[in-house]
Amino acid sequence: MSSLVQIKDVTKTFHRGSEDVPVLSGLNLTVAKGEFLALMGPSGSGKSTLLNLIGGLDRPTKGSVSIGDDRVDQLSERALAAWRARHVGFVFQFYNLMPVLTALRNVELPLLLTHLNKAQRREHAETALKVVGLSHRLKHYPRTLSGGEQQRVGIARAIVTDPTILLCDEPTGDLDRKSGDEILTLLQTLNQEQGKTIIMVTHDPHASARATRTVHLDKGQLSTAQPE
Amino acid sequence: MKYLGLIWSNLKRKKLRTTLTVLSIFVAFLLLAFLFAIKEAFTAGVRIADADRLIVRHKVSLIQTLPVSYAQRLAGLAGIDAVVHMTWFGGIYQEPKNFFANMPVEPEKFYDLFPEFTLSPEAKEKWGKTRNGVIIGRALADRFQWKVGDRIPLTSPIWGEPEGESVWDFEVCGIFDTSKKGADTSGLYFRYDFFDESRTKGKGEVGWYTVRVQNADEAGAVAAKIDAEFANSPFETKAEPEGAFAAGFAQQIGDIGAIMIAVLSAVFFTILLVAGNTMSQSVRERTEELGVLKAMGFTNGLILVLVLAESCVIAMLGGLVGLGLAWGLLQAGNPAPALLPVFYVPDQALIIGFVMVIALGIISGAMPALAAVRLRTAEALRRNG
Ligand SMILES: Nc1ncnc2c1ncn2[C@@H]1O[C@H](COP(=O)(O)OP(=O)(O)OP(=O)(O)O)[C@@H](O)[C@H]1O
Ligand SMILES: [Mg+2]
Repeated sequence: MSSLVQIKDVTKTFHRGSEDVPVLSGLNLTVAKGEFLALMGPSGSGKSTLLNLIGGLDRPTKGSVSIGDDRVDQLSERALAAWRARHVGFVFQFYNLMPVLTALRNVELPLLLTHLNKAQRREHAETALKVVGLSHRLKHYPRTLSGGEQQRVGIARAIVTDPTILLCDEPTGDLDRKSGDEILTLLQTLNQEQGKTIIMVTHDPHASARATRTVHLDKGQLSTAQPE
Repeated sequence: MKYLGLIWSNLKRKKLRTTLTVLSIFVAFLLLAFLFAIKEAFTAGVRIADADRLIVRHKVSLIQTLPVSYAQRLAGLAGIDAVVHMTWFGGIYQEPKNFFANMPVEPEKFYDLFPEFTLSPEAKEKWGKTRNGVIIGRALADRFQWKVGDRIPLTSPIWGEPEGESVWDFEVCGIFDTSKKGADTSGLYFRYDFFDESRTKGKGEVGWYTVRVQNADEAGAVAAKIDAEFANSPFETKAEPEGAFAAGFAQQIGDIGAIMIAVLSAVFFTILLVAGNTMSQSVRERTEELGVLKAMGFTNGLILVLVLAESCVIAMLGGLVGLGLAWGLLQAGNPAPALLPVFYVPDQALIIGFVMVIALGIISGAMPALAAVRLRTAEALRRNG
């Protein structure tokens, strides 16, 4: 399998006032194309930080982040925005849907940045909502949907542009067990049937069990061994 | 444009808040337009004054009269081109609240000195033939619905009534317009010959002179020469440029104007600040949403445009309608003709208003939007969790 994500010697230090907050120190990670990687670790260990570096939302203090042929850490702000639009789909813990838009128009949002015309955008958005099993909720506003349904809209929005990689930050963190399981099944299906590369941050061993591989982040370093 | 739907949806987000914001901006700009109209009302006289016209009045005060014989002496002075005299008649139509300016003049000289007033040849001819004829300004005609041929009875507490009559009976011979925006057409002018024959006191006295100098650059020197000419006579004069005269006149009511302008300005800016803050607040509340758009690949520039479009629509919806309504209302008629004979929204005010509307939209949208896009996306997204 060819590697898709290559993180080499990445250090990330935040500055809070005059104080340095080291989060990642000399971290290395390779993710192969088609992998479903679970990223675990204690709260505050830097999981979201790492995910943001991979998704081009933030830049490392040191080291390199490559996705495919792109050096994400070296792209300009503008190029990075275009790169995200093309390659990355984000799924957030709290769904982060636009409350003023229907499910369909929420999913259509990332397509506004493409050259698709109105009819094509609509068609793509409907397809994505069908994939997540929400064909009957196109015209619903987020507040009229359950948490699980909202997260499925969030996933539809993340996959509608057919991105290279899906980055999910605790996608089941705000859901009950049953809805969470449905979301995990959906992600698993996307991984197995469509070959989507997925990196998922989670606290839940039950969730990480669905992934093809699990890594642990602690004290700025990754380990594959289970902490005791 | 494919983003219109998104902008529109955001506008509908909090309908009540958006409506109230639009309304308050509407009120603010309605106020602004009236503010400019009031300011114009107080200063139009100064602004439209001709640089080559001087007013010659009694040195002590405007109320004291000058002999009509000064007309010849003034006309004989070097540098003076034309002379006309006017007298404050103070005529009252029915009741004092119907106030308007009315003055006896010599028609031919009046035409010559005040070319900004335009009168048809037929009207001039009729006025020449009608001893008790008057010409009235367009604004005055509109105010009382007067037309040519109407009779206007006036009483004058200053001059009394003609021998054996209970009123001054005037007949409308023509209605004059103006070629100069801001010129006052709220007045009535009647014939001096009729006035002088009919009055029972003060015959041969006039209120003041308006003279035109040959060269506007020498107006100051000519004014000094006039005052020197009449120095040490029983009727000493004070000659000053028409603009200075109008300014002095405006000064008398100007304090009220200044207070009104100050209060309205304070109200305008207060409303503007509150509305601007509300608009900014509605963007700040969405920092996280803007962060999600960035994560999706929206560039900072695009996000800024979307937010600005929204705030500019709100500002324009309220502001342009407010300015437009004020303009339309004053175009349709002067609400206080007795108080402010010249009352309209100057074009310049509309332009300034328009610029302020756009500035309001841009500033109140740009400040929070810039703050939001500058915030690293990761941080914008952290705000919720
Ligand atoms: N912008 C920032 N400025 C300062 N410190 C930051 C910033 N972002 C993250 N941190 C710090 O970096 C550390 C790691 O944060 P991060 O959000 O990556 O943790 P996490 O593993 O995702 O935690 P959780 O499981 O609670 O979501 C924390 O101590 C956090 O306070
Ligand atoms: Mg986190």
